[in-house]
This record gives sequence, C-alpha cells and structure tokens, in this order.
Amino acid sequence: MNKSHLLGAVTFGLGLLAAAGSASALTLGFSQVGSEGDWRPAFSADMKAEAKKRGIDLKFSDAQGKEENQLKAVRSFIAQGVDAIIIAPVVTTGWDAVLKEAKEAKIPVFLADRDVESDKDLYVTRISADFNLEGRLAGAWLAAAAKGKCNVVELQGTVGSAPAIERKKGFEAVIKEFPDIKIVKSQSGDFTTAGGKEVTESFIKATDGFKDVCAVYAHNDNMQLGAIQAMKEAGLKPGKDYLMVSVDGVPDMFKAIKAGDANASVELRSDIGKDIYNVVEAYLKGKHDFPKWVKIASDLHTADDVDAVMAKRGIK
Amino acid sequence: MSDINLKKVGAAAEKRALPAAVWPLVALAVILIIDVIISPSFFSIRVVEGRLYGSLVDILYRGTPPALIAMGMAIVIGSRGIDLSVGSVVAMSGAVMAALIHGDLSPVIIVFGTLGMGLICGLWNGTLVAVLGIQPIIATLILMVSGRGIALMINGGRIPTFRSEFFEFVSTGSIWVIPTRLFLVAFVLLVLWLLLRKTAFGLFVESVGSNTQAARLSGIGTRVVTLSAYGIVGMCAALAGMVITGDTRSSDAVYAGVDSELDAILAVVLGGGSLNGGRIYLGTTLIGVLIIQALTTSILMSGLPPEYNKLVKAIVILVVLLLQAPKFRTAVTALFRTGKGKAKS
Amino acid sequence: MNQANEPRISMRGITKVFPGVRALEDVSFTLAPGEIHALMGENGAGKSTLVKVLTGVYQPDAGTIELDGQPVEFASPVEAQAAGINTVYQEVNLVPTLSVAENLMIQRQASFRGLINWRRTRELARKALQRLNLDIDVGRSLGSYSLAIQQMVAIARALDRETKVLVLDEPTASLDAKEVEALFTVLRDIKKQGIAIVFITHFLDQVYAISDRVTVLRNGRFVGTGPIAEVPRMKLVTMMLGRQVSGQTSDHPPVDSIKTDGAPLFEAKDVGRSRYLNPIDFTLRTGEVVGLAGLLGSGRTETSKLVFGAVKADSGQIRLDGKPVTLRSPAHAIRCGLGFCPEDRKHEGLILDLTVRENIILALQSKRGWLHRVGEAEQNRLASEMIAALGIATPDAEKRVGQLSGGNQQKVILARWLVSEPRMLILDEPTRGIDIGAHAEIVALIRKLCREGLALLVASSELEEIVAFSHRVLVMRDRSKVKEIVGDDITQSAIVEAIANS
Repeated sequence: MNKSHLLGAVTFGLGLLAAAGSASALTLGFSQVGSEGDWRPAFSADMKAEAKKRGIDLKFSDAQGKEENQLKAVRSFIAQGVDAIIIAPVVTTGWDAVLKEAKEAKIPVFLADRDVESDKDLYVTRISADFNLEGRLAGAWLAAAAKGKCNVVELQGTVGSAPAIERKKGFEAVIKEFPDIKIVKSQSGDFTTAGGKEVTESFIKATDGFKDVCAVYAHNDNMQLGAIQAMKEAGLKPGKDYLMVSVDGVPDMFKAIKAGDANASVELRSDIGKDIYNVVEAYLKGKHDFPKWVKIASDLHTADDVDAVMAKRGIK
Repeated sequence: MSDINLKKVGAAAEKRALPAAVWPLVALAVILIIDVIISPSFFSIRVVEGRLYGSLVDILYRGTPPALIAMGMAIVIGSRGIDLSVGSVVAMSGAVMAALIHGDLSPVIIVFGTLGMGLICGLWNGTLVAVLGIQPIIATLILMVSGRGIALMINGGRIPTFRSEFFEFVSTGSIWVIPTRLFLVAFVLLVLWLLLRKTAFGLFVESVGSNTQAARLSGIGTRVVTLSAYGIVGMCAALAGMVITGDTRSSDAVYAGVDSELDAILAVVLGGGSLNGGRIYLGTTLIGVLIIQALTTSILMSGLPPEYNKLVKAIVILVVLLLQAPKFRTAVTALFRTGKGKAKS
Repeated sequence: MNQANEPRISMRGITKVFPGVRALEDVSFTLAPGEIHALMGENGAGKSTLVKVLTGVYQPDAGTIELDGQPVEFASPVEAQAAGINTVYQEVNLVPTLSVAENLMIQRQASFRGLINWRRTRELARKALQRLNLDIDVGRSLGSYSLAIQQMVAIARALDRETKVLVLDEPTASLDAKEVEALFTVLRDIKKQGIAIVFITHFLDQVYAISDRVTVLRNGRFVGTGPIAEVPRMKLVTMMLGRQVSGQTSDHPPVDSIKTDGAPLFEAKDVGRSRYLNPIDFTLRTGEVVGLAGLLGSGRTETSKLVFGAVKADSGQIRLDGKPVTLRSPAHAIRCGLGFCPEDRKHEGLILDLTVRENIILALQSKRGWLHRVGEAEQNRLASEMIAALGIATPDAEKRVGQLSGGNQQKVILARWLVSEPRMLILDEPTRGIDIGAHAEIVALIRKLCREGLALLVASSELEEIVAFSHRVLVMRDRSKVKEIVGDDITQSAIVEAIANS
C-alpha cells in the first residue's frame, strides 16, 4: 500500500469495508467540522442516517475542529475517487489548492453550512440555512402576533458573529415596515443562558419591570431560556404577558413552548441530509444550473405544532 | 513656623498611608452615582416574589460567583502564585454537579462531589507549582486549557439541563428576603477570614508569598502552604461553579465561568493586592469585585450598543488603577500645582 | 608603578549612602594604564558599590572621579561605556540562546539598508575573538560553550568597543584551574595593550598570580593599597579581616558558662556535601560560642547552612545530646531547638512586607504549627519585650520591617530566634552591614546569650569579633576546616596565620 494513502486508509477503513458491500452505489465523502454543541452531532447523525436510507456509501470524516485534518480528509477522498465531496468547512480561507485538486480529478465539491473564501468556480454550490431569513421569520411572526404594535427587547448573540449580525438585520428588515414596532433595548448575551439571564435582569430594572415592553426577541434559544428564568424570578409571566420569540429550536425551548413560557422558535434544522443529498444527486444526474447558495428553508414552530415537532424529534 | 510645616507634612503622609481601601471605594461610589443619573430608580429596593429586587441587589447577586473566586484568588496571589484555571474549574465542577444531580444522589453527596472536583483541581495545580516547581502561570494554564475539554467529556458533549430544588435554592432562592447566595459569600468570607487571621495560615501564606526562602529558613513548610492555597482557590471556584450552574439549571462546559480568572485577578489588584505576593486583602478584594460587577450592570442598563461594552469597561478599570498608583497621583498633583502656579503668575 | 604614567582613573573621597547603610565612606582608588589592579574585601566591604560608581550604575554622594586627568560624571552605564569603561559581571549577562556572533555584535550588526548582513557580522565576531586567541564557531549558540568560553566572549564583547578600563567582577568564580590559566593569559595580553584592568576576586592565589597592585576595602572604608610584591599574604588577610594584628590575647569570654558534663549539645562528625563542603568535625556545648573564621568562599556560610538543614548534608552524622539525628529541613532543625540567622538578611531572613511584630513571632509560630496561633496579646507582649531588650529602634511593632535600618533589621531576626527559645543558635555574619554602634551591641548580646546558657555557632569575617566572643574557633579555607583553635590560643594573628599558610 502506498505510504501516503496509509493514513486515509486507516481513517476510512470502516468506510472501505462498507464500500465492498455496495460497490455499485453512489460514493460520497463528507468532511465534518467536529462535534461541538448540540446541533452539529445531530447534523452528522442525520447525514449518516439519510445516506443509509438512500443506499449512499458515505465516507464520513470528523476533523475535530482542525483545518489540517480536513485538508487530509479531502485529499484522501480525491485519492479514493469518490463521486462527490461535501465539506462543512472549519475555516473560510486556505481552500484554493485542495479545491483545484478536486476539480482536476473531476470530482464536484459541495459546501454545507459555512462558506469559504475562494474562487466560486471551484465548487458547485453551498447548501445551508439562511440566518437572515431566520431573523425575518421571527420578525414576521412577531408583527402578526403583536398586531403591528410592540416594544421589543433584543438579546443579541456574540458581538460580531455572523448569526448575530444576520439575525438582527433580518429581524429589523421586517419590523421597520411596522412603525409601531420598536426595539427599545438591545444587548449582547453572548449566546449563553447565563448571559441572557443577566442581561434580561438588567433590562427588567432599566424598564421599571418591563413596563410597556411587549416582547423578547433572542438570537438563540439558550439566551431566551435565561430570559425566561430572569422574568419568572422577577414575578413576570413570559409567554403569557410577553411574547417570546427566538431562533434554534433546541429541545428545552420546545419544552418551554409546550409549558407556555415561550411562544415561538425558528428552528435551525439539523435534519438537512435530504436537502443536501437532493442537490448532490440532481447534480450528478446532469442538473448543473444551481445558484451558488441553495438556501434551506427554516421553519417557525409555535404552541400549535410543538407536540408534533417534539414527537418527530423524539423529545420527551 | 517650621514646626507647623512639619506637622502638616506628617499629617499628609499619614493621610496617604492610612486607608488603602479609599480609592476602590471612591471608584465604586462614582460608578453608582453615574448609575443614578442614568436610571433614577437605581437605588430603589423592593420585595418581589419573596426576594429583594433592585439594581443594587443585582450587583450583589451577580457579583457572587466572581466574589467567591476572587477571595480564593487573593490567597493564591498572596502566596506569589496565580490561578488561570478557575474558569475551567467552574465548568468542571458544574459538569460534575449536573452529572451527580442526574444520578439522583442526595444533595449532601452532590455538594461534596462538586467541592471535591474543585479540591482535586486545586491540588493538581498546587502540586505542579509547589512540588514540580513549574511557574504558576504555566502550571495553571494547563488546566485552564484542558479543563473545559474534561467538562465537555463529563457533559457528553451536550449542555445538560436539570431541576434540583436544593441547588436552585442555593443559587436563586432566598432566606427571608435575602438571596441565599449572599449568605454563601458571607459564610466563605467568614471561614477564610478565620483561617487567615485566627490561625497562623495567613501569616504563613504572606511569608511564603513575600519571601519564600526566608519563610523556609524560618521553619515554614512552604510546599504545604502553597499546596493549600491552590486547594482553597479550587474549592472557591467549585462553589462559584455550583452557583453558576444552579442559576441557569444547565451545565455549559464551553461558556460557564469564561473569563472569570481575569475578573478575579483584576478584583484582587483593584483591592490592593500585589502580584508579587505578600499581603492578602479579602475585604478590599470584595470591593474590587463590586466595582467590576457594578460596571458590568451599569453598561447593561445604559443602553450602550454592545460593541462598546469591553472598551468602556477597560477604560474605567484603567482609570481606577491609575488612581491607585501613587506615582500617577503624584504626577497629577504636581501637574495641578504647576497649573495653578502658572495661573497665579 | 611607573611614575611617568598619569593615572588612568583617579577616584577621590567617594562616599555613597543607601537608606540605613553607608556603603562607601571617603574611599580613594587609582588605576594606572596597563596594570591589573586587584580589589579585595569581604562581602559588604564596598567593592561592588565602588565598581558601580565607577561604571555609572550609581552616582556618588560625595567625591570626584577623573579619567585621564579630566573630571567625569557618569549618569548611566551607557555614558561610562562611551568613555571607555567596560564591565564583565560575575553572571555573564549575555543571551545563551543566541549565537556567539549575535551576542558579540548585538546592536552593532553589520547592516545593509536596514537588513543585517550576517556573513559580515560573523566575520567581525571572529575578528573580535581572535584578539583573545579564541577560535570557535561563532554560529553556535553561546550556551553550548563552557562558562570559561562564555566569559571570554563577554570580555571580547567589552574589548570590542574602545576600551580604556576593563572591570572584571569575580570572573573566575565558576572556572576550573585550566580555564583560569587561559583567562589569565588573555588578561596579560590585554594588559600589554595598555588597558587598565580592575580585578575583583576572593581567591588569594589568583591575586598573587596576576595582579600588579592591590587595594583592600573593609566595611565601606579604604584600608590600604600597594604593589602586590610588598603585601605578603599575612598582611593582606589582616587588612581584609582585622585591625592591626597585635599578636596578643584580647579579652576572652569567660569559660565558666560552658556546661562540660555529659554529652555535648551538638556534635558533627564528617558532616559534608560533595561540591559544597568537605566533611567537617566539631562539637558545641551548652554555654559555648564556636566561631567560624575564614575568607569569603572558605565554607563559613556552607557550614552554617548544613548544620541547620537548610542544605542537606550527604555525608557524616550529627548528634544532638548524644543521640544521632538527620536534619531534613529547617522546620525539623527548629523543632530540634536550633535557630539560624542567615548572612543575606534581605533574601533569606526578613519578610519585608510584614511588620516587625510578625517577623519576630514567625519562627515561634512555625514551631507551634499553623493551628496553634500565637495569640494577639502574646504576640504584642513578645514583640514589645524584644524591642525593649534588644533596643530595636522602631516607633512601634506594627511598622513594616523593610523600613528599619540594617542594624535594627538584624536585631529583628535575632529577636525572631530568641522568642522561639532555641538551645543552639547559628549566626552567619551577624554584624554585616550595620554601623559600629550596633556592632558592639550585637557582640555584647552574643556574650550575654552565651552566659544565659545558649550554644552559639557564629560565622564572621570580623576577626576582632571572633576573638572577642569565641571559646573555640574553626578556621576555614577552601571549603574545609584547616585548624581548630581553643581558648587562650585564639588571637587574630593565630587565625590569620591559619588562613594564610596552610
């Protein structure tokens, strides 16, 4: 065995064994960022489950958050001559060389989730959710629920991060159509429960007990869960006297919606395997006119469909 | 004539030497006064949901975890050490606490388990420093970096949430109308004060921190003293972890107690502690914590865009530290005097 | 000395005062071109201070410096260097991880439009070393060479600038005999180029091997100067350690305080540590004072530290009251009833951040353990008792000990040990760096303590002191005990003789 392929062979030994079983099926390489947080492991699991369902031979590689692992994995995919490569990039830069190698080997590359800074010709398309859309969905729901009149307090994500910027922009783009909807307080809760709780506590004091406030919009569910705790501890009734809308759709948020403590959450879906494979399979069958960004639709869940969602996701 | 002058000089010198706590207190007062201008109801305190409610209460309440950590840090810094791993210890002990709560154990066992995690971490750091002679910054950096990984492993890569009557009482509950966690701070302050001032431990730590070699030649077991100091800060961090984790009822391995080592070190320095070791000031360290927390709360209340949070905090802290520096004060006084002199002439 | 030659350096009436210490008082020093001038004296004699005044590190409080007949004032070492006065310190202050060439040429690299020309730099470095007949690979890191080579590189670096005076502060302290010889060859060579060399050392043999003249300082004062050929060993040792040797018995302490019956309190047999102290024997009885005499580096301090367990002995046996013990640590020694006042007060004795009271009760407290705190009232009582008994000049016991004068600091350390009620006290240079008045008080105190039944081991570089309080003297040389002098035989001349000729 060639020495340079040794590592790849070890890493993908299991994949090769599986490949022997279904030699004629589609073979795809997927290089994942890692397994941090709640969302990403769920995403990985869905990619694997969906591949199995479709009879795709998926070679999965976890880069453990390291760029060099990812580059190694992609090169080994090229060496193995897979039909297509899916990358969820660790970083946005430094991709030109390896993407060119893939192009020379005539293997199409698809990006999942994050973007890269490189020549747009080097990959087919990026398939991911749209943070801006999530913000707009939350804004639209709030505008309807508040009947176009509301003072909102906003819990921003980490200052300068892409989701925080886009979810704020999208939300503001919608509510600016409604002159009586205003953001009266806005601070960063760093995407954490503790941060959301502390910021909400100070907002409650600064607005004299949420006087004239009608809604809390949080850039993620964790901060919103903190806000719910802070409001309850101050004797307020989130979900009843105040509209609570946030983004992510984590299990605890669905539980909160079911309990009536929150009203709506835009789900950042992790079951996007089928969206990605649909694009890849269509491309391999000859459809080449994809835009450079295939947006995955986000869903907003409320008390109306929370039972169904929880049942589907297996949340108890 | 000369007699009078001498007396004046003497009085001035005494004034300058006397209260080390004056500048931190002045800084705290100024921040609070600005708060009242921003939000007139800042000082109002009511009882809501059976608990004291108001911005001042928030400062004390939110200041609890940093206060617990900073008191331990004051002792380690007194021994001419430093502990950068306290934030990670918060995460690890929080993770242990969440795991034990899910194991349906009795609160007493969970408390011991959580504090035990902190103690083990502290003794690990202490061993690296006192026995292996590794520089404190490097020694504790190891756990600072690896600790969150360990916490993540204990949490199984997720953010486990839980309900526990006991720990919610400790963190967010109240006794009569006073938040329980304030009693916790008072209790730890009392215990540490007794340990430092009613046993010889304080004298030993200060001796080791001020001059290790002389302390050893005076018969002090310098290793044991150093080891104990790190053990104490470890347990303080574990207590903070208990409060932080109980507060949100979730153990966040990545973000729990993030940057708390910096706030703790800053509080000790604001309180007059020297990074070169020596005197331990628990009381003024707590004032340092209050300055930092009052500042944080003020920024959150002020309506300032969050992009400016860190900058404003840094500037205010810089001003307070400059006020504390004798050199700076002399320079400013001199400037003031020459200015006045020029105006007269 | 060549009379036609005007002195290169002429320092007159130099006085330098630090808080609490007169480091130099009215010291004069002349240096001729092309001479090697040894500067001798015990620790604290003022050698380093004098050199630092010469090289611009300190500015004198009084006195004048002339360079080639012109008065000069150096505000900083940079100014002194610019005038051609260069220093090589005991600890080579070069960067071991950089290459030899980099070390030599720091800040003076050959550069071309802001970029360093490495080939040219290495060439210049090689040339600089050739002046010392040193041919080594200048590209290798300095740390990979022996200390002797490092020392040579430091000298080469000093000489590479225009040098009129070269100051060498203990250059041979960490060199072996062969390396010393190599260094001396280089020094003789430099001397021929007309450079004046100040050579600080405590090795008598080396002084006689290389110097042309010698100047001796003692307690910050000028003792004497002269061509080395006219200063025999006996005289040199006497100049350094004592006043004029009278050869007579001065007033000896009474021997009736010594408890003679039973086993001695302390007995050392072949106690030593390799590369630190050669095995040494001695006994010490209750009520007895044993003096440790010898030059700097002879093993006085080493003996004190081994006896106290501050440094672990690796050979021999110690008996306390006739029973063998192994002293594992200072804490253990203290529990056995020993006490130790170190020579280096600032670094090994005082806790400068703490108050006088806290410093005084420290050893007693560590003897009792951290749980049994010495009560507030007892602390105050002990502190004020000691302040009164030893006459410590301090407004109150709560003053930070760092604010006291040297003599009072020494008394605080003595007080620390006295309140711990030891049976045996080791004093290393108890009168170092304190003024004459306090000197006499401390000598009187030692005699008093001995009468009260304490056993004392006292190391000192002051011969008249040793003679005044010792019942028995151990004379040290080259880390060994060379002679033991007892009772009426203890005279300054007997000690000097033992040091100078053995």
